[in-house]
Amino acid sequence: MDWLFLFEVSLAGLGRGGLYALTGVAFVLIYKATRVINLAIGEMLMVGAYLFIGFGAGMALPLWLAVILALLGGALLGFVLERTAIRPLLGENPISVFMVTIGLSSVLVGLVEIIWTANPRSLPDLLPRDPIFIGDAFVAPKTFWSFVIAAGVIAVFLLLFRFWRGGVALRATASDQGAAYAMGINVPAVYSLAWALAGLLAAGAGILLGAISGASSSMGVFGLTVLVVVIVGGLDSVLGALLAGVLIGWVESVAGVYLGGEYEQLFTFSILLVVLLVRPWGLFGTREIERL
Amino acid sequence: MRIGSPKETYAADEALFRTRTQWAWFGVLLAALAGFPFVANLYWLYLVCLVSINVIAVTGLNVLTGYTGQVSLGQAAFMGVGAYTVAWLENHTGSPFPVNLLAGSVVATGVGLIAGLPSLRVKGLYLAIATIAASFILLFIFKNWESVTNGTRGIGIEPPSAFGVALENPDTFYWLVVPVTVVMLLLASNLFRTRIGRAFIAIRDRDISASVLGIDLPRYKLMSFGISAFYAGMAGGLYAYFFGSINPESFPLLMSIFLLAAVIVGGMGSMLGSILGGIFMTLVPELLRYGIDFLGLFMENASAVLSPVRTVVFGLLIVGFLLFEPLGLAEIWRRIRRFFHLWPFRT
Repeated sequence: MDWLFLFEVSLAGLGRGGLYALTGVAFVLIYKATRVINLAIGEMLMVGAYLFIGFGAGMALPLWLAVILALLGGALLGFVLERTAIRPLLGENPISVFMVTIGLSSVLVGLVEIIWTANPRSLPDLLPRDPIFIGDAFVAPKTFWSFVIAAGVIAVFLLLFRFWRGGVALRATASDQGAAYAMGINVPAVYSLAWALAGLLAAGAGILLGAISGASSSMGVFGLTVLVVVIVGGLDSVLGALLAGVLIGWVESVAGVYLGGEYEQLFTFSILLVVLLVRPWGLFGTREIERL
Repeated sequence: MRIGSPKETYAADEALFRTRTQWAWFGVLLAALAGFPFVANLYWLYLVCLVSINVIAVTGLNVLTGYTGQVSLGQAAFMGVGAYTVAWLENHTGSPFPVNLLAGSVVATGVGLIAGLPSLRVKGLYLAIATIAASFILLFIFKNWESVTNGTRGIGIEPPSAFGVALENPDTFYWLVVPVTVVMLLLASNLFRTRIGRAFIAIRDRDISASVLGIDLPRYKLMSFGISAFYAGMAGGLYAYFFGSINPESFPLLMSIFLLAAVIVGGMGSMLGSILGGIFMTLVPELLRYGIDFLGLFMENASAVLSPVRTVVFGLLIVGFLLFEPLGLAEIWRRIRRFFHLWPFRT
């Protein structure tokens, strides 16, 4: 057993896990505030990456501006999706809402393929390319920097949730909608805010993911793994999403390297099935008690 | 205008066809189906075969999702199980095709029961996600169990033959697939006149109440998964025979979404909905192709956008129907019928 190699693989896995965690936070944000399981999160991420291509390569804007525009575009997308497709179904059967998000993901994939064709693209160079060594272990620079950025963004968001007025409103709505209303919190606005912020986070994750492995219209499959992440972590737990994201990323890359690439998804989905059978509410989720 | 249809027995109230008119229409439908191959060309017969296969799969999914309330995104993978079983039997044992089709359905049922196990523990959205996981694992098996599935290269299947005629073209295959579809639909419709079917509906409406009423939840949920997978297996077997070759790409997650979309668009919890949904969703891509051909007159390489446009339209159909017509095409049909029944009065 080559411990150095294992260490390198683990680091690469942690890098990927950072992206899972980032997208997982976006997912949990939507779930906590609006109780919607958003299966379109992977596609929102994909749209973010393509917007960056569109602004950065297509319109040849400076990269920092392209990033900002792509993030804003992602936020706008989240806002629009919530207002047009999710808001009218408020209070409906959660399964209907879930299926609406499946429909939305299909629409987004189709739109991206119409605008940018189905061929895979590579993103403009965004991250530094100097090799990074931690001790003796080599880490791909893209992976390293995307992990650092993901960690930074997550930290900023955690602080925002804690101290910013909007973040407090979000948490209030998540814990008790009725009480939040009574306290004068504009709950519908919180819904929009949650979706817009999640769109922004997803777009950011999309740009990072695209910078690592290129963009394609099947990038949305990433969202399925994120789904596994949030379920393992507990749907309504940010901490769970973070830990499970890193964990799943690590398991995936170790399985991918030692067993072969096709085992990655087998492993993640097997973990999912085990968690669903043993502890359906996840590691840190709230256990729901149903009453008649 | 129709004036009441008094019933004197419970049996009459529960009957599948309640009035003579309905029997008459059913007869007309059967006659039309029997006469269709003599007037239609191969293209239309091909479409009808495809529609029939999809209708069987959609009906199965409707039993599970529409009637029992368990969302499943694994239907295409179960179809794959049926298809691979049929292909293996056809190539290795050479048993007659009815046996193969039944065996395919039974194996799919078994797999469906296993895939349904999470339903004992979780429900709703968690269950939908568990079925996605099951579907990925099945696809992995299709790809990697080389000795049986031949991996990504796929398997070729000889067309079945009955009475010395090879059912290789739509005009002959029609006589296999359409009767099977009619029988499967009648079976499914009758299911909901029985204790089992009523238990399914009770579970959908409120599972806790159902269990308080003495319905054995695990048993009936698994039964629903089994029945649904049986239908998928049959559809998959027919699919394998119809197209003559299968590979793991034939049954992607997208196809499960397509089938779920057909259930939603047709109408959840309605047999008519399964039929309408299956027909509609199969024909939409064809219509789109005509539309794109038409567009091709005005713009270059319009055909390149066909596949993405289809993806968008599927998505929009799911979203649109859920937002504006949650009961699906079946409800539109009912509205039209009510209009004529009540005419000259309005609802």
